[in-house]
Amino acid sequence: MLPVRFTREHEWVRVEDGVGTIGITDFAQGQLGDVVFVELPAIDTEIARGVQAAVVESVKAASEVYAPVSGTVIAINDSLADEPGQVNGDPQGAGWFFKVRLSDPSELDGLMDQAAYEAFLRSLD
Amino acid sequence: MGEQADAPLKRTPLYDLHCELGAKMVPFAGYEMPVQFKGILSEHLHAREKAVLFDVSHMGQMRIDGEAADALESLVVADVKGLPVGKVRYTLFTNAAGGIIDDLMITQGGYYLMLVVNAARKAVDFAHLRDRLPGFDIHLLNDMALLALQGPAAASVLSRLAPASKVMLFMTSEALKIGDIRCIVSRTGYTGEDGFEISCAASEAEALARMLLAEPEVMPAGLGARDTLRLEAGLCLWGNDIDETTTPVEAGLNWAISRRRREEGGFPGDEIILRQLFDGAPRKRVGIRLAGKVPARRGSRILDGDGRDIGVVTSGGYAPSVGGPIAMGYVTPAVADVGTSVQLVVRDKPLQGEVVLMPFIEQRYVK
Repeated sequence: MLPVRFTREHEWVRVEDGVGTIGITDFAQGQLGDVVFVELPAIDTEIARGVQAAVVESVKAASEVYAPVSGTVIAINDSLADEPGQVNGDPQGAGWFFKVRLSDPSELDGLMDQAAYEAFLRSLD
Repeated sequence: MGEQADAPLKRTPLYDLHCELGAKMVPFAGYEMPVQFKGILSEHLHAREKAVLFDVSHMGQMRIDGEAADALESLVVADVKGLPVGKVRYTLFTNAAGGIIDDLMITQGGYYLMLVVNAARKAVDFAHLRDRLPGFDIHLLNDMALLALQGPAAASVLSRLAPASKVMLFMTSEALKIGDIRCIVSRTGYTGEDGFEISCAASEAEALARMLLAEPEVMPAGLGARDTLRLEAGLCLWGNDIDETTTPVEAGLNWAISRRRREEGGFPGDEIILRQLFDGAPRKRVGIRLAGKVPARRGSRILDGDGRDIGVVTSGGYAPSVGGPIAMGYVTPAVADVGTSVQLVVRDKPLQGEVVLMPFIEQRYVK
């Protein structure tokens, strides 16, 4: 099982061989409601941790998604263009957003693991 | 730390039922209201296909006792004197500058007039009525609830529970019993579909809602679907598409000003509004269909083909029944014609759009 890390802004990143797959959490999709469009970064874009990397448009509003780690975008989930509802249906699987080659893997240390994120969610109640 | 000093939010008589049904509650116009139950998309599509039930008890219901039609005409653009008993009319409170204080529905009840106004404006409207119509008994009906049953199946659902509703025409109102509950039923709505607004005592609202929700075609819907439905229907939301700075002519609500009122005037701002009816207004509300998939929200700038600023979006978003993004906003008259190409700026990028006829969907009111 690959480790998944989470941000306080409800993004997740799963890392394998120096490549992080990034999306939003089940909690985030539940808060946003029906997703109708996702604006993804272009391949080869250099992104920095904490800056806006994508935008999720739900029926209600547009929401920014911040990069949980720094790196170069090497893939984006094209299938979201036709089926943005995958973000609601399978946010940590088919509803992933983009992949980056990490430029500073030590940034992962600053993110929450599954248990810490779940505790964080409970603290929001 | 972070404590909110705001007044506590009010609850409608259906608050407990909303929670029981799993609603996501949000603050709206001073109330805790359901924004969605199952999801905005499914609620929206269900309203177009079958029927949904909205709680609109936060809206203001008012009654003016006595023969008030003459007096009310001094405040609104509608022909109230010519409104037959049992008929409902959409109208506007205007101010001296021709701006819209609120939009509302008036029902002629015979010995009284019933008004339904926007939740966010009810205090303003009530004070306005009391100030301007001092000789009348005006009541804010805080002990009444209001439900809206909307969708193509609304009539068959209601006729099962209240057979007399079957013969009601669009924009008429009747006192009916639904089950054993005494209601005032109006065949009106804001979804572009057939439907009814049902007023009853607050104490009976939950029983009425449960009765309607027990019908197989009906599901509960929240404010989110209400907003996407009314946007597709091309209807104005006060505070977004109309306010005290927009005139009825700018808003494209000329149809709400009857012929006699155009000839006689006699409402606040009449000179400005009647001049605009004749000469045209400096800006016009239009509908815009976007070419791509990115929604343009309220506040997006509207550019003409040469990139010049010509207006701003007042409502916009993804339209579930259209299957793409739509918007409405105000533009200069020169670019208001259907078919004109425009651009809407979203996150600093111009998106291609076209001025289209409203409503964005086919209306299915039963006339």
